[in-house]
Amino acid sequence: MKAYDIVIIGGGPAGLAAAVSAKNSGADSILILERDKELGGILNQCIHNGFGLHTFKEELTGPEYAARYIKQVLDLGIEYKLHTMVMDISHEKVVTAMNREEGMFTIQAKAVILAMGCRERSRGALNIPGYRPAGIYSAGTAQRLVNREGFMPGREVVILGSGDIGLIMARRMTFEGAKVKVVAELMPYSGGLKRNIVQCLDDYGIPLKLSHTVVEIRGKERLTGITIAEVDKKGKPIPGTEEDYDCDTLLLSVGLIPENELSRGAGVEMSPITSGPLVNESLETNIEGVFACGNVLHVHDLVDFVSEEAGAAGRNAAAFVRGERARAQGREIKLNPIEGVRYTVPSVIRPDQMDEKLTVRFRVGNVYKNCYISVYFDDERVSRRKRPVVAPGEMEEIKLEKEKLLSYPDLKTITVKIEEA
Amino acid sequence: MEKRELICIGCPLGCPVTVTMEEGQVVKVEGNTCKRGDDYARKEVTNPTRIVTSTVTVEGGKDVTVSVKTRSDVPKGKIFECVKSLKGIVVKAPVHIGDVIVANAADTGVDMIATSNVYEK
Repeated sequence: MKAYDIVIIGGGPAGLAAAVSAKNSGADSILILERDKELGGILNQCIHNGFGLHTFKEELTGPEYAARYIKQVLDLGIEYKLHTMVMDISHEKVVTAMNREEGMFTIQAKAVILAMGCRERSRGALNIPGYRPAGIYSAGTAQRLVNREGFMPGREVVILGSGDIGLIMARRMTFEGAKVKVVAELMPYSGGLKRNIVQCLDDYGIPLKLSHTVVEIRGKERLTGITIAEVDKKGKPIPGTEEDYDCDTLLLSVGLIPENELSRGAGVEMSPITSGPLVNESLETNIEGVFACGNVLHVHDLVDFVSEEAGAAGRNAAAFVRGERARAQGREIKLNPIEGVRYTVPSVIRPDQMDEKLTVRFRVGNVYKNCYISVYFDDERVSRRKRPVVAPGEMEEIKLEKEKLLSYPDLKTITVKIEEA
Repeated sequence: MEKRELICIGCPLGCPVTVTMEEGQVVKVEGNTCKRGDDYARKEVTNPTRIVTSTVTVEGGKDVTVSVKTRSDVPKGKIFECVKSLKGIVVKAPVHIGDVIVANAADTGVDMIATSNVYEK
């Protein structure tokens, strides 16, 4: 069996940043396993701009952002295998993978970094009634077809869901000569970034209908049209509000789900809220030496934050391999997300293991205006930050300092919540 | 007097901003809650610009398309002309990030450049 200190599952933005950071932290024996034909992951099909403002202080397209990390991986001489599918990760960190050249093979890792990313929620998850004709795509599939394969999925388009990929594809397909008729969003607010609504819909006069969903799909061989209707507060269609649209293409942009089949198989404990692993301050799962970062951990809006998080996972994995992060016997402090805060990453902190400063990321469950993000150490409020608005579509963060946590030796729970101003 | 309604993209708040114009000059910006809203609104009504991104066909490469962008932002009214300037363009592999694909696209003075690397087959 081959052996590596650190095996990274996935060569997208998270895997690349984790590898670079692990190498720069002194780890030498690193292997990235990637199932696609190239490194870079989904960034390679995200040809629009807006990436890298935090990381590189300039606005790049997805392929340019990926290329900067790929160059670092190559310059540092980090090993990687393409066209390689990981089949299994065992509790003992034996990675089973296969590719055309080597067939099936196993690798013993000292540390594993999970960086598999996420998948799009599909039509099956939505229970839309009607036939199953050709012409219904997830927005990301359409993005791949247009940007990478050079195919147009259709000419007359309706988009269900206002996730960022759907908004980006509304503009992209308009550029390629398609007519995008409407974007329907079930929720009373958009799931995408405001900037994308303005620059991808408003710029081209594409209407966004909030509190609307698709109630009928027509066409047997190929999609011929759909019906949308307004929904009430419970998400139920309101009779009499139906509108018909003729179209040959329906794009679904209805959310992303972390891809954790391998994590589950290894026995990694999962969060029912994020559908990603539960991790501690080192981004380590319940299995010692198995770390997680990027969209496999929780879905991010900005790749810059994926890179930052993955960098921490890479550093921590390198430290683990050196034996510097022995499983602490010391106390654990639980993070307690309540009142508008849906989850936190990490979910538990061991103060003696944390960096001097730790970023805790989370999402809220609704739109809140003029509110405070408050942090309590047990019953004592230690900080609150005023926010003009927080929304489910935009990830939030708080920073914790090691020194401060150590000065509370009896601290059991850190509560994060939204408070009205 | 002409009024323009905008949504500020400076932050997630998305303030609805009303700009009052007189003879092409901004006379009043209302509805914004910070300075960024004022700046955004003034630029957006007097000289709105965008980066344009698309793809062109590649021959003899490991990929069949290469992604491109305008090197800097171009006037919003020139977006479709920039997209049209790419019509029928076929480049030969290899292509590298930064290679000029169309010089001076749609007379904007801005080049369209490659944003990905496509190596020879």
